[in-house]
Amino acid sequence: MAAAENYPADLKYHREHDWVRIEGGEAVFGITWKAQDMLGELVFFQPPQIGAAIDKDGSYGEVESVKAVSDLIAPISGKVVAVNEKVKADPETVNADPYGEGWLVRVQLSDPSEADALLDAEAYKQLVAEE
Amino acid sequence: MVPFAGYGMPVLYESLIAEHKAVRTDSGAFDVSHMGVLEIDGLDAHRALQRLLSNDLDRARPGTALYTLLTNESGGIVDDLIVYRRGETSYLLVVNASNRETDVAWLSERLLAGVRLCDVSEERAIVAVQGPRALERLGLAPADSFTFAEIELFGVPCLCARTGYTGEPGCELICAVERATELWDAVLAAGAVPCGLGARDTLRLEACLPLHGQDITSETDPISAGLGWACVLEKEFTGVERLREIKAEGPALRLAAFVMDEPGIPRQGMPIVPEGRVTSGTHSPMLDKGIGMGYVPARKSEPWSMLTIDVRGRPLWAKVVTKPIVTSSRKYTDRQGEW
Repeated sequence: MAAAENYPADLKYHREHDWVRIEGGEAVFGITWKAQDMLGELVFFQPPQIGAAIDKDGSYGEVESVKAVSDLIAPISGKVVAVNEKVKADPETVNADPYGEGWLVRVQLSDPSEADALLDAEAYKQLVAEE
Repeated sequence: MVPFAGYGMPVLYESLIAEHKAVRTDSGAFDVSHMGVLEIDGLDAHRALQRLLSNDLDRARPGTALYTLLTNESGGIVDDLIVYRRGETSYLLVVNASNRETDVAWLSERLLAGVRLCDVSEERAIVAVQGPRALERLGLAPADSFTFAEIELFGVPCLCARTGYTGEPGCELICAVERATELWDAVLAAGAVPCGLGARDTLRLEACLPLHGQDITSETDPISAGLGWACVLEKEFTGVERLREIKAEGPALRLAAFVMDEPGIPRQGMPIVPEGRVTSGTHSPMLDKGIGMGYVPARKSEPWSMLTIDVRGRPLWAKVVTKPIVTSSRKYTDRQGEW
């Protein structure tokens, strides 16, 4: 079952429809409700390698629905410390719970201040409304 | 909703995957009113069509239909279509929406004087009801594939044909456009799940039914595409000389069906390494794996051959399999030893 549209206030957002939850020196990445809604039911998640360095605004992996492929854009830079195996096995988890069970990767941040440039929930909601 | 050949078409209603599975396990309904419907009548209609279509119209008695190709002088496929023989001198052609104008022009230039061609696409709607339980849901008796009859279904007069584009049993109902919503509502009330263009594409690809414009084009020939069964080379029709040559020489490339051997989804246009190209690719909802079709060197086209697909820079293994890849009567589990 798909989740209802929502954009939690405790997350930061990238305009390419990716979110980040900062937890001290680490952060969790995922895609927003809007992203999963545009893609439709996800059927494939190509994660990065554990230990891979990922760059802010760069692609760190891919998700695919039956009809479309989308790059995953890193909201901030860091090094991959964990990949959500549940999403690898069952990509539809992202549709059901994009901000919880459907997280994608956990990274160790190289520069936490990069988060300052991201959108907050209100600004992101406005972006979605304009699109 | 997406624009398609001048029609607004839903890619999905609720869930592409649920719609797909409904058709494989029970029944689904598709509004395919965008398809072109051409009426061809006249004393010389048989003779005229026989010279233009690859299949042999003498295989079709009145009340039966044939899958056939419209070929050009070099043996390329102008379109693939179903010809319904309504009477000795009366035919109905159901053609691809995106080729309708090309087909009408092609046929008009080549039909004999006295043969009437009438494009009734705008006046007809088509509802396809497909799946192992489709006929039962509609209260229709089982009938042979590729037969049809003029019937009244839920009070709506329609041509009911045992044809489709999913690999499943079922029917395609052609009715007057004014009665279409009435028929559609009745079909859904009978329990068929409404299905969009997305499921139509994944279903036809699992069943290895080619899509014109992707798997077959005016540049590809039916022999290479594995459609030789729809070409009667003993009769004369446009391009037959070239097709006889290709058959005699053996095609250099063949359209193979494959299943990915590792995670990844092949897509149209991806290279098959070292030689070949994916013409259709998707995620198979029934296998939960990537599947596709593509032209590969003939020696690589036999089941069990391994192919390498370049999925955005990642070389991934795929295995050539027999067609169809999946239908409800030919299940993945039946053939597990093959994978």
